[in-house]
Amino acid sequence: MCLGIPGEVIEILPDQPDLAKVDVSGVKRAINIGLLTDDPPVPGDWVLIHVGFALSKIDEQEAKAAMDFLIGIGQAYEDEIAALLESRIDERQ
Amino acid sequence: MRFVDEYRDAEKARALAAKIAALCEPGRHYKFMEVCGGHTHTIYKHGLEDYLPESISLVHGPGCPVCVIPMGRVDDAIALAEQPDVIMTSFGDMMRVPGGRGSFFDSSAAGTDIRMVYSPLDALKIARQNPDKHVVFMAIGFETTAPSTAMTVLRAQAEGIKNFSIFCNHVTIIPAIKAILDSPDLRLDGFLGPGHVSTVIGCRPYEFIAAAYGKPLVTAGFEPLDILQSVYMLLQQLAEGRCEVENQYSRVVPWDGNTVALRAVAEVMELRPYFEWRGLGFISHSALQVREKYAAYDAERQFTLPGVRVADPKACQCGEVLKGVLKPWECKVFGTACTPETPIGTCMVSSEGACAAYYNFGRFSRQRVQEVSIESSRA
Ligand code: SF4
Repeated sequence: MCLGIPGEVIEILPDQPDLAKVDVSGVKRAINIGLLTDDPPVPGDWVLIHVGFALSKIDEQEAKAAMDFLIGIGQAYEDEIAALLESRIDERQ
Repeated sequence: MRFVDEYRDAEKARALAAKIAALCEPGRHYKFMEVCGGHTHTIYKHGLEDYLPESISLVHGPGCPVCVIPMGRVDDAIALAEQPDVIMTSFGDMMRVPGGRGSFFDSSAAGTDIRMVYSPLDALKIARQNPDKHVVFMAIGFETTAPSTAMTVLRAQAEGIKNFSIFCNHVTIIPAIKAILDSPDLRLDGFLGPGHVSTVIGCRPYEFIAAAYGKPLVTAGFEPLDILQSVYMLLQQLAEGRCEVENQYSRVVPWDGNTVALRAVAEVMELRPYFEWRGLGFISHSALQVREKYAAYDAERQFTLPGVRVADPKACQCGEVLKGVLKPWECKVFGTACTPETPIGTCMVSSEGACAAYYNFGRFSRQRVQEVSIESSRA
Protein backbone atom coordinates (compact mmCIF):
# COMPACT_ATOMS: atom_id res chain seq x y z
CA MET A 1 0.00 0.00 0.00
CA CYS A 2 2.86 2.31 0.79
CA LEU A 3 4.81 0.98 -2.16
CA GLY A 4 4.99 3.27 -5.14
CA ILE A 5 4.41 1.55 -8.47
CA PRO A 6 6.04 3.14 -11.52
CA GLY A 7 3.87 3.47 -14.62
CA GLU A 8 4.21 5.09 -18.04
CA VAL A 9 1.45 7.48 -19.04
CA ILE A 10 -0.16 6.35 -22.28
CA GLU A 11 -3.02 8.79 -22.64
CA ILE A 12 -5.06 11.31 -20.71
CA LEU A 13 -8.69 10.18 -20.81
CA PRO A 14 -10.48 12.72 -23.01
CA ASP A 15 -13.79 12.65 -21.13
CA GLN A 16 -12.17 12.51 -17.67
CA PRO A 17 -9.08 14.76 -17.74
CA ASP A 18 -8.12 13.96 -14.15
CA LEU A 19 -7.60 10.34 -15.18
CA ALA A 20 -4.77 8.91 -17.23
CA LYS A 21 -4.22 5.49 -18.70
CA VAL A 22 -0.86 4.10 -17.60
CA ASP A 23 1.14 1.03 -18.47
CA VAL A 24 2.56 -0.84 -15.48
CA SER A 25 4.78 -3.62 -16.82
CA GLY A 26 2.31 -4.43 -19.56
CA VAL A 27 -0.84 -3.95 -17.50
CA LYS A 28 -2.93 -0.96 -18.58
CA ARG A 29 -5.05 0.76 -15.97
CA ALA A 30 -6.57 4.15 -15.30
CA ILE A 31 -5.12 6.22 -12.47
CA ASN A 32 -5.94 9.65 -11.08
CA ILE A 33 -3.50 12.46 -11.89
CA GLY A 34 -5.26 15.15 -9.86
CA LEU A 35 -2.31 15.48 -7.46
CA LEU A 36 -0.02 16.57 -10.29
CA THR A 37 -1.99 19.59 -11.51
CA ASP A 38 1.02 21.87 -10.87
CA ASP A 39 2.97 19.96 -13.51
CA PRO A 40 0.56 17.67 -15.38
CA PRO A 41 2.06 14.56 -16.95
CA VAL A 42 1.78 13.93 -20.69
CA PRO A 43 1.93 10.66 -22.60
CA GLY A 44 5.44 9.24 -22.38
CA ASP A 45 6.04 10.56 -18.85
CA TRP A 46 6.67 8.17 -15.97
CA VAL A 47 4.87 8.56 -12.68
CA LEU A 48 5.03 6.89 -9.28
CA ILE A 49 1.57 5.57 -8.38
CA HIS A 50 0.27 5.22 -4.84
CA VAL A 51 -3.17 3.67 -4.25
CA GLY A 52 -4.49 4.77 -7.63
CA PHE A 53 -3.04 8.28 -7.64
CA ALA A 54 0.10 9.53 -9.38
CA LEU A 55 2.10 11.19 -6.61
CA SER A 56 5.21 12.29 -8.47
CA LYS A 57 6.78 12.37 -11.89
CA ILE A 58 9.97 10.37 -12.24
CA ASP A 59 12.39 9.67 -15.03
CA GLU A 60 12.65 6.37 -16.83
CA GLN A 61 15.78 5.35 -14.98
CA GLU A 62 14.10 5.88 -11.62
CA ALA A 63 11.07 3.98 -12.90
CA LYS A 64 13.25 0.97 -13.63
CA ALA A 65 14.90 1.22 -10.23
CA ALA A 66 11.53 1.46 -8.50
CA MET A 67 10.22 -1.54 -10.43
CA ASP A 68 13.30 -3.52 -9.55
CA PHE A 69 12.82 -2.69 -5.87
CA LEU A 70 9.21 -3.85 -6.09
CA ILE A 71 9.98 -7.10 -7.84
CA GLY A 72 12.63 -7.77 -5.20
CA ILE A 73 9.97 -7.49 -2.53
CA GLY A 74 8.26 -10.58 -3.93
CA GLN A 75 4.83 -11.44 -2.61
CA ALA A 76 3.91 -7.88 -1.65
CA TYR A 77 4.66 -6.77 -5.19
CA GLU A 78 2.49 -9.50 -6.63
CA ASP A 79 -0.33 -8.55 -4.25
CA GLU A 80 0.02 -4.90 -5.22
CA ILE A 81 -0.09 -5.64 -8.96
CA ALA A 82 -3.01 -8.03 -8.45
CA ALA A 83 -4.84 -5.29 -6.54
CA LEU A 84 -4.09 -2.79 -9.29
CA LEU A 85 -5.51 -5.27 -11.82
CA GLU A 86 -8.76 -5.35 -9.88
CA SER A 87 -8.94 -1.57 -9.83
CA ARG A 88 -11.37 0.05 -12.29
CA ILE A 89 -11.57 3.65 -11.22
CA ASP A 90 -12.35 4.92 -14.73
CA GLU A 91 -15.72 3.19 -14.87
CA ARG A 92 -18.47 5.47 -13.73
CA GLN A 93 -20.75 2.62 -12.72
CA MET B 1 17.76 -2.97 -16.81
CA ARG B 2 21.32 -1.74 -17.13
CA PHE B 3 20.85 1.36 -15.01
CA VAL B 4 19.39 -0.62 -12.17
CA ASP B 5 22.56 -2.63 -12.02
CA GLU B 6 24.35 0.65 -11.73
CA TYR B 7 22.58 1.28 -8.42
CA ARG B 8 23.18 -2.28 -7.31
CA ASP B 9 26.76 -2.62 -8.35
CA ALA B 10 28.53 -4.51 -5.59
CA GLU B 11 31.85 -2.92 -6.55
CA LYS B 12 30.40 0.51 -5.98
CA ALA B 13 28.90 -0.64 -2.71
CA ARG B 14 32.27 -1.83 -1.52
CA ALA B 15 33.95 1.40 -2.59
CA LEU B 16 31.32 3.37 -0.72
CA ALA B 17 31.71 1.08 2.28
CA ALA B 18 35.44 1.82 2.33
CA LYS B 19 34.73 5.56 2.28
CA ILE B 20 32.22 5.09 5.08
CA ALA B 21 34.73 3.14 7.18
CA ALA B 22 37.35 5.83 6.64
CA LEU B 23 34.99 8.48 8.01
CA CYS B 24 34.23 6.64 11.26
CA GLU B 25 36.00 8.06 14.26
CA PRO B 26 37.89 5.27 16.04
CA GLY B 27 36.18 4.22 19.24
CA ARG B 28 32.93 5.97 18.40
CA HIS B 29 29.70 4.09 17.87
CA TYR B 30 27.08 5.41 15.47
CA LYS B 31 23.38 4.66 15.52
CA PHE B 32 21.23 5.81 12.61
CA MET B 33 17.50 5.27 12.36
CA GLU B 34 15.84 4.44 9.06
CA VAL B 35 12.37 5.86 9.59
CA CYS B 36 10.72 4.12 6.64
CA GLY B 37 9.77 0.45 6.41
CA GLY B 38 10.78 0.39 2.74
CA HIS B 39 14.35 1.14 3.81
CA THR B 40 14.25 -1.59 6.45
CA HIS B 41 13.29 -3.94 3.68
CA THR B 42 16.23 -2.98 1.46
CA ILE B 43 18.65 -3.18 4.39
CA TYR B 44 17.64 -6.72 5.34
CA LYS B 45 17.21 -7.96 1.81
CA HIS B 46 20.68 -6.90 0.71
CA GLY B 47 22.37 -7.51 4.04
CA LEU B 48 23.58 -3.90 4.01
CA GLU B 49 24.73 -4.05 7.62
CA ASP B 50 27.39 -6.48 6.45
CA TYR B 51 28.85 -3.72 4.28
CA LEU B 52 29.06 -1.32 7.19
CA PRO B 53 31.74 -1.23 9.84
CA GLU B 54 30.64 -2.74 13.14
CA SER B 55 30.69 0.68 14.75
CA ILE B 56 27.61 1.66 12.70
CA SER B 57 24.22 0.22 13.48
CA LEU B 58 21.03 0.91 11.63
CA VAL B 59 17.85 0.76 13.69
CA HIS B 60 14.38 0.83 12.22
CA GLY B 61 11.75 3.37 13.04
CA PRO B 62 7.97 3.65 13.13
CA GLY B 63 7.47 4.18 9.38
CA CYS B 64 5.10 1.31 8.66
CA PRO B 65 1.51 2.58 8.58
CA VAL B 66 -0.09 -0.81 9.15
CA CYS B 67 2.21 -1.54 12.09
CA VAL B 68 1.18 1.50 14.09
CA ILE B 69 -2.62 0.99 14.01
CA PRO B 70 -3.66 0.16 17.58
CA MET B 71 -5.90 -2.82 18.41
CA GLY B 72 -8.80 -0.60 19.47
CA ARG B 73 -9.02 1.03 16.03
CA VAL B 74 -9.20 -2.40 14.35
CA ASP B 75 -12.05 -3.28 16.72
CA ASP B 76 -13.81 0.00 15.89
CA ALA B 77 -13.50 -0.74 12.19
CA ILE B 78 -14.97 -4.21 12.73
CA ALA B 79 -17.80 -2.64 14.73
CA LEU B 80 -18.45 -0.42 11.70
CA ALA B 81 -18.49 -3.45 9.41
CA GLU B 82 -21.06 -5.05 11.70
CA GLN B 83 -23.56 -2.20 11.30
CA PRO B 84 -26.53 -3.14 9.13
CA ASP B 85 -26.09 -2.37 5.43
CA VAL B 86 -22.47 -1.36 5.74
CA ILE B 87 -19.76 -2.45 3.31
CA MET B 88 -16.30 -1.97 4.78
CA THR B 89 -13.43 -1.47 2.35
CA SER B 90 -9.74 -1.70 3.10
CA PHE B 91 -6.29 -2.06 1.58
CA GLY B 92 -5.16 -5.67 1.51
CA ASP B 93 -2.37 -4.94 4.03
CA MET B 94 -4.93 -4.30 6.76
CA MET B 95 -6.80 -7.57 6.40
CA ARG B 96 -4.64 -9.68 8.73
CA VAL B 97 -3.90 -7.01 11.32
CA PRO B 98 -5.03 -8.40 14.66
CA GLY B 99 -7.44 -6.41 16.79
CA GLY B 100 -8.76 -7.35 20.21
CA ARG B 101 -11.52 -9.38 18.56
CA GLY B 102 -9.64 -10.77 15.60
CA SER B 103 -8.82 -9.35 12.19
CA PHE B 104 -10.82 -8.17 9.18
CA PHE B 105 -10.41 -11.65 7.72
CA ASP B 106 -11.93 -13.19 10.85
CA SER B 107 -14.77 -10.69 10.79
CA SER B 108 -15.57 -11.30 7.14
CA ALA B 109 -15.49 -15.07 7.72
CA ALA B 110 -18.07 -14.43 10.44
CA GLY B 111 -20.36 -12.78 7.88
CA THR B 112 -19.53 -9.07 7.58
CA ASP B 113 -18.99 -7.53 4.15
CA ILE B 114 -15.36 -6.39 4.11
CA ARG B 115 -13.80 -5.93 0.70
CA MET B 116 -10.21 -5.37 -0.33
CA VAL B 117 -9.61 -2.39 -2.58
CA TYR B 118 -6.53 -1.05 -4.30
CA SER B 119 -7.54 2.60 -4.13
CA PRO B 120 -10.01 4.71 -2.12
CA LEU B 121 -11.48 5.50 -5.54
CA ASP B 122 -12.42 1.84 -5.85
CA ALA B 123 -14.26 2.14 -2.54
CA LEU B 124 -16.11 5.15 -3.94
CA LYS B 125 -17.02 3.10 -6.98
CA ILE B 126 -18.50 0.40 -4.73
CA ALA B 127 -20.60 3.15 -3.12
CA ARG B 128 -21.86 4.24 -6.55
CA GLN B 129 -22.76 0.64 -7.40
CA ASN B 130 -24.55 0.01 -4.09
CA PRO B 131 -26.81 3.01 -3.46
CA ASP B 132 -28.78 1.10 -0.80
CA LYS B 133 -25.65 0.38 1.27
CA HIS B 134 -23.23 2.63 3.11
CA VAL B 135 -19.60 2.14 2.11
CA VAL B 136 -16.88 2.92 4.63
CA PHE B 137 -13.25 3.18 3.58
CA MET B 138 -10.65 2.25 6.21
CA ALA B 139 -8.22 5.08 5.58
CA ILE B 140 -4.71 4.32 6.80
CA GLY B 141 -1.23 5.51 5.99
CA PHE B 142 1.18 8.37 6.40
CA GLU B 143 1.31 11.47 4.23
CA THR B 144 1.84 9.21 1.21
CA THR B 145 -1.78 8.01 1.19
CA ALA B 146 -3.63 10.83 3.01
CA PRO B 147 -3.80 12.99 -0.17
CA SER B 148 -5.52 10.15 -2.05
CA THR B 149 -8.12 9.80 0.69
CA ALA B 150 -8.68 13.57 0.71
CA MET B 151 -9.08 13.66 -3.08
CA THR B 152 -11.59 10.82 -2.87
CA VAL B 153 -13.70 12.70 -0.31
CA LEU B 154 -13.62 15.79 -2.53
CA ARG B 155 -14.67 13.64 -5.45
CA ALA B 156 -17.55 12.10 -3.47
CA GLN B 157 -18.74 15.58 -2.61
CA ALA B 158 -18.45 16.82 -6.19
CA GLU B 159 -20.50 13.87 -7.39
CA GLY B 160 -23.04 14.26 -4.59
CA ILE B 161 -22.46 10.71 -3.33
CA LYS B 162 -24.15 10.34 0.06
CA ASN B 163 -23.51 6.71 1.01
CA PHE B 164 -19.75 6.95 1.44
CA SER B 165 -17.55 7.80 4.41
CA ILE B 166 -14.02 7.25 5.60
CA PHE B 167 -12.80 5.87 8.90
CA CYS B 168 -9.81 8.14 9.16
CA ASN B 169 -6.66 6.64 10.66
CA HIS B 170 -4.07 8.68 8.82
CA VAL B 171 -0.97 9.40 10.82
CA THR B 172 1.75 11.98 10.39
CA ILE B 173 5.43 11.16 10.51
CA ILE B 174 6.92 14.24 12.17
CA PRO B 175 5.31 13.81 15.65
CA ALA B 176 6.39 10.15 15.66
CA ILE B 177 9.99 11.14 14.98
CA LYS B 178 9.71 13.77 17.68
CA ALA B 179 8.35 11.20 20.16
CA ILE B 180 11.33 8.98 19.42
CA LEU B 181 13.75 11.89 19.85
CA ASP B 182 12.12 12.70 23.19
CA SER B 183 12.18 9.10 24.38
CA PRO B 184 15.01 8.29 26.76
CA ASP B 185 15.41 4.72 25.42
CA LEU B 186 17.44 5.52 22.39
CA ARG B 187 20.48 7.58 21.61
CA LEU B 188 20.57 8.28 17.89
CA ASP B 189 23.21 10.00 15.79
CA GLY B 190 21.05 10.74 12.79
CA PHE B 191 18.20 9.71 10.54
CA LEU B 192 17.64 8.29 7.10
CA GLY B 193 14.54 10.25 6.10
CA PRO B 194 11.60 8.44 4.48
CA GLY B 195 11.44 8.46 0.69
CA HIS B 196 7.84 8.48 -0.40
CA VAL B 197 6.40 10.43 2.53
CA SER B 198 8.89 13.14 1.62
CA THR B 199 7.58 13.37 -1.96
CA VAL B 200 4.48 14.83 -0.29
CA ILE B 201 5.81 16.80 2.68
CA GLY B 202 9.19 17.71 1.19
CA CYS B 203 12.31 18.15 3.32
CA ARG B 204 11.51 21.36 5.18
CA PRO B 205 9.44 19.76 7.99
CA TYR B 206 12.56 17.84 9.10
CA GLU B 207 14.56 20.99 9.74
CA PHE B 208 13.63 21.06 13.44
CA ILE B 209 15.42 17.73 13.89
CA ALA B 210 18.68 19.38 12.91
CA ALA B 211 17.91 22.74 14.50
CA ALA B 212 16.32 21.73 17.82
CA TYR B 213 17.75 18.25 18.38
CA GLY B 214 21.11 18.59 16.71
CA LYS B 215 20.70 15.44 14.61
CA PRO B 216 21.39 15.27 10.87
CA LEU B 217 18.81 13.78 8.51
CA VAL B 218 19.31 12.61 4.94
CA THR B 219 16.23 11.77 2.86
CA ALA B 220 17.14 8.49 1.19
CA GLY B 221 16.13 6.48 -1.87
CA PHE B 222 15.33 2.77 -1.77
CA GLU B 223 18.19 1.21 -3.69
CA PRO B 224 21.03 -0.35 -1.67
CA LEU B 225 23.47 2.25 -2.99
CA ASP B 226 21.05 5.04 -2.05
CA ILE B 227 21.12 3.86 1.52
CA LEU B 228 24.89 3.49 1.68
CA GLN B 229 25.28 6.90 0.07
CA SER B 230 22.92 8.39 2.66
CA VAL B 231 24.85 6.80 5.53
CA TYR B 232 27.98 8.30 4.01
CA MET B 233 26.33 11.73 3.84
CA LEU B 234 25.31 11.47 7.51
CA LEU B 235 28.85 10.55 8.55
CA GLN B 236 30.26 13.33 6.45
CA GLN B 237 28.06 15.84 8.27
CA LEU B 238 29.14 14.47 11.65
CA ALA B 239 32.81 14.48 10.66
CA GLU B 240 32.58 18.08 9.49
CA GLY B 241 30.62 19.16 12.52
CA ARG B 242 27.58 20.00 10.39
CA CYS B 243 24.02 19.14 11.24
CA GLU B 244 21.58 19.62 8.38
CA VAL B 245 18.75 18.18 6.38
CA GLU B 246 20.05 16.86 3.08
CA ASN B 247 18.26 15.22 0.20
CA GLN B 248 19.94 12.16 -1.29
CA TYR B 249 16.71 11.23 -3.14
CA SER B 250 16.34 14.54 -4.96
CA ARG B 251 15.61 12.68 -8.20
CA VAL B 252 12.16 11.97 -6.72
CA VAL B 253 11.76 14.18 -3.63
CA PRO B 254 11.26 17.91 -4.26
CA TRP B 255 12.47 20.11 -1.39
CA ASP B 256 9.02 21.63 -0.97
CA GLY B 257 7.04 18.44 -1.48
CA ASN B 258 3.81 18.20 -3.45
CA THR B 259 1.86 21.36 -2.66
CA VAL B 260 -1.30 20.19 -4.48
CA ALA B 261 -1.38 17.09 -2.27
CA LEU B 262 -0.75 19.09 0.89
CA ARG B 263 -3.54 21.50 0.00
CA ALA B 264 -6.01 18.63 -0.59
CA VAL B 265 -5.19 17.12 2.81
CA ALA B 266 -5.48 20.50 4.56
CA GLU B 267 -8.85 21.10 2.93
CA VAL B 268 -10.42 17.84 4.12
CA MET B 269 -8.50 16.97 7.29
CA GLU B 270 -7.09 18.55 10.41
CA LEU B 271 -4.79 17.34 13.19
CA ARG B 272 -6.34 15.34 16.02
CA PRO B 273 -5.46 16.49 19.52
CA TYR B 274 -3.91 13.06 20.10
CA PHE B 275 -3.88 9.55 18.66
CA GLU B 276 -2.77 6.18 19.96
CA TRP B 277 0.02 4.44 18.08
CA ARG B 278 0.47 0.73 18.57
CA GLY B 279 3.41 0.19 20.87
CA LEU B 280 4.20 3.89 21.13
CA GLY B 281 1.15 5.03 23.09
CA PHE B 282 -0.61 8.38 22.73
CA ILE B 283 1.20 11.02 20.72
CA SER B 284 -0.28 14.49 20.50
CA HIS B 285 -1.11 16.02 17.12
CA SER B 286 0.10 12.88 15.38
CA ALA B 287 -2.90 11.92 13.26
CA LEU B 288 -5.57 13.39 11.04
CA GLN B 289 -9.33 13.58 11.39
CA VAL B 290 -12.01 14.76 8.98
CA ARG B 291 -12.89 18.44 9.29
CA GLU B 292 -16.36 19.39 10.52
CA LYS B 293 -17.08 20.76 7.06
CA TYR B 294 -16.89 17.23 5.64
CA ALA B 295 -18.73 15.56 8.55
CA ALA B 296 -21.04 13.77 6.09
CA TYR B 297 -18.01 11.76 4.95
CA ASP B 298 -16.69 11.00 8.42
CA ALA B 299 -17.60 7.49 9.67
CA GLU B 300 -16.70 8.56 13.21
CA ARG B 301 -19.44 11.18 13.10
CA GLN B 302 -21.93 9.08 11.14
CA PHE B 303 -21.77 6.05 13.44
CA THR B 304 -21.28 5.44 17.13
CA LEU B 305 -18.06 3.54 17.74
CA PRO B 306 -17.02 1.59 20.83
CA GLY B 307 -13.74 3.55 20.94
CA VAL B 308 -12.35 1.20 23.55
CA ARG B 309 -8.63 1.12 24.13
CA VAL B 310 -7.28 -2.41 23.91
CA ALA B 311 -3.91 -3.24 25.42
CA ASP B 312 -1.42 -5.01 23.16
CA PRO B 313 -0.91 -8.74 23.85
CA LYS B 314 1.61 -9.31 26.64
CA ALA B 315 3.97 -11.26 24.42
CA CYS B 316 4.07 -8.52 21.82
CA GLN B 317 7.13 -6.31 21.71
CA CYS B 318 6.19 -4.33 18.61
CA GLY B 319 6.54 -1.06 20.50
CA GLU B 320 10.21 -1.75 21.16
CA VAL B 321 10.67 -2.84 17.55
CA LEU B 322 8.92 0.28 16.21
CA LYS B 323 11.16 2.47 18.34
CA GLY B 324 14.25 0.62 17.17
CA VAL B 325 15.07 -0.48 20.73
CA LEU B 326 14.76 -4.18 19.88
CA LYS B 327 15.72 -5.98 16.71
CA PRO B 328 12.90 -8.24 15.44
CA TRP B 329 14.63 -11.49 16.40
CA GLU B 330 15.03 -10.27 19.96
CA CYS B 331 11.26 -10.47 20.47
CA LYS B 332 10.48 -13.65 22.37
CA VAL B 333 7.74 -14.81 20.02
CA PHE B 334 9.53 -13.91 16.76
CA GLY B 335 9.33 -16.74 14.24
CA THR B 336 7.75 -19.12 16.75
CA ALA B 337 4.33 -17.95 17.92
CA CYS B 338 4.49 -14.89 15.66
CA THR B 339 4.91 -15.49 11.92
CA PRO B 340 3.49 -13.76 8.83
CA GLU B 341 0.78 -16.46 8.69
CA THR B 342 -0.20 -16.09 12.36
CA PRO B 343 0.91 -12.62 13.38
CA ILE B 344 0.65 -11.63 17.04
CA GLY B 345 1.94 -8.15 16.41
CA THR B 346 1.52 -5.80 13.46
CA CYS B 347 5.20 -5.62 12.47
CA MET B 348 4.83 -9.17 11.17
CA VAL B 349 1.83 -8.35 8.94
CA SER B 350 2.88 -5.74 6.43
CA SER B 351 5.78 -6.29 4.06
CA GLU B 352 7.06 -2.97 5.37
CA GLY B 353 7.05 -4.19 8.94
CA ALA B 354 10.50 -4.84 10.36
CA CYS B 355 9.59 -8.30 11.66
CA ALA B 356 8.14 -9.44 8.33
CA ALA B 357 11.10 -8.03 6.40
CA TYR B 358 13.49 -9.76 8.74
CA TYR B 359 11.52 -12.98 8.71
CA ASN B 360 11.63 -13.06 4.92
CA PHE B 361 15.14 -11.86 4.24
CA GLY B 362 17.21 -11.36 7.31
CA ARG B 363 18.19 -14.84 8.25
CA PHE B 364 21.61 -14.80 6.66
CA SER B 365 22.82 -11.73 8.41
CA ARG B 366 21.20 -12.88 11.63
CA GLN B 367 24.00 -15.38 12.07
CA ARG B 368 26.57 -12.64 11.90
CA VAL B 369 24.69 -10.29 14.14
CA GLN B 370 24.34 -12.98 16.76
CA GLU B 371 28.02 -13.77 16.59
CA VAL B 372 28.84 -10.12 16.96
CA SER B 373 26.59 -9.68 19.94
CA ILE B 374 28.02 -12.79 21.59
CA GLU B 375 31.52 -11.44 21.02
CA SER B 376 30.65 -8.06 22.39
CA SER B 377 28.99 -9.54 25.46
CA ARG B 378 32.15 -11.57 26.09
CA ALA B 379 34.36 -8.54 25.68
S1 SF4 C 1 7.75 -10.83 16.46
FE1 SF4 C 1 5.57 -10.35 16.38
S2 SF4 C 1 5.01 -9.71 18.42
FE2 SF4 C 1 7.25 -9.66 18.33
S3 SF4 C 1 7.68 -7.53 17.77
FE3 SF4 C 1 7.56 -8.68 15.85
S4 SF4 C 1 5.43 -8.47 15.19
FE4 SF4 C 1 5.53 -7.83 17.35
